[in-house]
Amino acid sequence: MSFNSVSEFLAMGGHGLYVWLSYGLGAGVIVANLILPKLSRNRLLAEQKRRLRREETV
Amino acid sequence: MADKKWLPRWFFQLASPRWCYQITGRLLPWFLLATLILLAGGTVWSLLFAPADYQQGNSFRIIYLHVPSAILAQSAYMLMAVAGAIGLIWKMKVADMVLKSAAPIGASMAVLALATGAIWGKPTWGSWWVWDARLTSMLILLFLYLGVMALNSAIENESTAAQASAVLALVGVVNIPIIKYSVEWWNTLHQPATFKLTEKPAMPPEMWLPLLVMVIGFYCFFAVSLMQRLRNEIIWRERRASWVRELLNKQ
Amino acid sequence: MSTGTNPENMQKVSALALFMATMRREFLLSFRRKSDLANPLIFFLMVATLFPLGVSPEPGFLAQLAPGVVWVAALLATLLSMDALFRSDYEDGSLEQLLLSPQPLFVVVLAKVSAHWCMTGLALTVMAPLLAVMLFLPADGMPGLMLSLLLGTPTLSLVGAIGAALTVGLKKGGVLISLLVLPLYIPVLIFGSSAVQAAVTGLPLGGYLALLGALLALALALAPLAVAAALRISISS
Repeated sequence: MSFNSVSEFLAMGGHGLYVWLSYGLGAGVIVANLILPKLSRNRLLAEQKRRLRREETV
Repeated sequence: MADKKWLPRWFFQLASPRWCYQITGRLLPWFLLATLILLAGGTVWSLLFAPADYQQGNSFRIIYLHVPSAILAQSAYMLMAVAGAIGLIWKMKVADMVLKSAAPIGASMAVLALATGAIWGKPTWGSWWVWDARLTSMLILLFLYLGVMALNSAIENESTAAQASAVLALVGVVNIPIIKYSVEWWNTLHQPATFKLTEKPAMPPEMWLPLLVMVIGFYCFFAVSLMQRLRNEIIWRERRASWVRELLNKQ
Repeated sequence: MSTGTNPENMQKVSALALFMATMRREFLLSFRRKSDLANPLIFFLMVATLFPLGVSPEPGFLAQLAPGVVWVAALLATLLSMDALFRSDYEDGSLEQLLLSPQPLFVVVLAKVSAHWCMTGLALTVMAPLLAVMLFLPADGMPGLMLSLLLGTPTLSLVGAIGAALTVGLKKGGVLISLLVLPLYIPVLIFGSSAVQAAVTGLPLGGYLALLGALLALALALAPLAVAAALRISISS
């Protein structure tokens, strides 16, 4: 382990802001790219099902 | 097209959106698993176990995000250009869809690379932004991505939009080495001190092993996100097909 | 060209004749609207005026900026005029006719871009000394400025034509062209303004001009292909 305590870990030798900001952004970008397409898919499927129902009742 | 004997059969199978949808459906859970393991493990390794740099201290750990996202941003553009070329030459719809799906992911990787590069710059060089050759080239790469995305959304006809984006992506790909060369050359003219963001040859295994894990993890993540977007694109473009109708009825 | 539809006669048109005929047509059409010709040049002048007004009129300061500012202004002026390259032909249907004809598109595109360059890039190059004086560019830099613009603006026109061809079918193509083309302009800008800087400080220009020449050669060979492909795609919808 490179750190001796949790507080040392969070402080990152004074560079805590930079490291955690970067990792936060990284996590955000990755999670967004994984979740947004899933949400789009749900929306797309719901829309298309509605369209199918509409076209079948005609 | 039957005279192209040097192309394997699976290449032409890929041309079928339905086949692509099915195979990505089977691959997706595995790549997702790999992504989660590699990224979670890699992050823990990078933050907790990798040593800090002698000169840069703990801000060095940003490298484990900056380098993978930079690599991905460049690889994704190559993929886009190849997909564009395939779409133009063999008129494959799936290739067009891959191009359209890859663009936003690649662009977000470029943004991440720029942001982490800038954040890394503050403790290292003292300012939030430096017109360093690598960062400047990455910024221009982001502009190229945004151009492809803008052109794709500006043209209404889907196949025309795909073909136009493919031409633009190919023109961009030809320009990337030129841009890199000119920016690096410009940089040496205006910044005599060469700031090196990564110390590649001097890195001991304790430093580059977690980096390798993160790079592979990022590639798996890219595959997952690409497949997700590709599947959405396939459903949308093929929404009138009977197999899609069956799929929707089963939902 | 009085023989009607005999295909053998049509193929006797040489590439050079086609080139000259297309250029002549471009000049004729453009000179019917002389006011439109002046627009990029006025823009060029205005952009250069913005810098002293927006930043500082102090001669020492402007002299440092001058190479870059003149180049950026030339770049923007060229960019703004690109939209018009294919638009009027698209709107009256002659672009579609061009694509359907058996004439090699490469030659026609090259001719159109050359004519466009004569009316914008070349004109800007001739006007550049005026801006150089306004921005206090040292006299030593003048030949470097003219040469770099002379070699660089054709590349700008060629690459800009790709953007124009990709967006010709769109109603509001204007800003989109800039978005698509600006990243591709950056190497020309870098080498062009560096050439002027070198000239000002008395360093040898040859290398930069050679690089600009190389970019031009590449653009001459590849851009018309991309433009032709883009035109076919834009018209097909």
